[in-house]
Amino acid sequence: MTVGLSHYLTVAAVVFTIGVFGIFLNRKNVIVILMSIELILLAVNINLVAFSAFHGDLVGQIFTLIVLTVAAAEAAIGLAIVVVYFRVRGTIEVADIDHLKG
Amino acid sequence: MLPALFFYLFALVLIASAVMVVAAKNPVHAVLFLILAFFNAAGLFVLLGAEFLAMILVVVYVGAVMVLFLFVVMMLDVNFAELRAGVLKILPVGLLVGLILLFELVFVVGAWVTAPNLASDAPAPPQTEVSNTKALGQLLYTDYVYLFEAAGLILLVAMIGAIVLTLHHRRDVRRQSIPDQVARTPETSIEVVQVESGRGLK
Repeated sequence: MTVGLSHYLTVAAVVFTIGVFGIFLNRKNVIVILMSIELILLAVNINLVAFSAFHGDLVGQIFTLIVLTVAAAEAAIGLAIVVVYFRVRGTIEVADIDHLKG
Repeated sequence: MLPALFFYLFALVLIASAVMVVAAKNPVHAVLFLILAFFNAAGLFVLLGAEFLAMILVVVYVGAVMVLFLFVVMMLDVNFAELRAGVLKILPVGLLVGLILLFELVFVVGAWVTAPNLASDAPAPPQTEVSNTKALGQLLYTDYVYLFEAAGLILLVAMIGAIVLTLHHRRDVRRQSIPDQVARTPETSIEVVQVESGRGLK
């Protein structure tokens, strides 16, 4: 009963899917959408670390480090925007964010 | 045997807490389940021999980013139950898309064929001469130093951006102005008044 690469890839695929599903399920709540994006990035990181470990190549872990950095920056900026938006509008409902008429 | 046991334990708790993140009614619970998910992902990283990344995940992600999420969730006075209204209407579409995506991904993983020149489907033996942290540092600060500096720049931009976005000056609050205080001289702050006797100051 050895744990192979495909086991890790399957776990990452399931977590990725749950993240995408979370965006559908909580399409009104920006904060939970941001958390779903964190889940998706976590799944990507599991993939990268698994490939790095099974191929004996550390560059995958370097890449994971960079993904973590970008994810942290994204979370900080996203939450700052949410806070400012809440201060202006008093709600964080995604459907209301249509001021730019995009 | 024991690594497999721990793999299934971490994977099951990771998936269960990920489900709870998207399904929890209370966003505070969602953040706490996300913290649990990150802890179990760190466990998977340890099983894969990536100790440094596991510690980074616990310290930076759980310690900083998730606490930031917790602060924001608790700071915003939002009626979260209202935001969940109509969730049952969107549930079938979400489940359909999620299942299709999952089938595709699992199909890709299932069709995976290990390269014949790869020795086995087991993790490469860990480098025993240097630890994972040291090996990562030796790679990061030499070959990938520009990437490292770019990451630092991204964090700087994110920090300045977050401060610029959230900082606002309130006009109705009296604040201490240190330059004004320092610039005060006896000439500007003391006035000598001749008071006539018996009249007092008006």
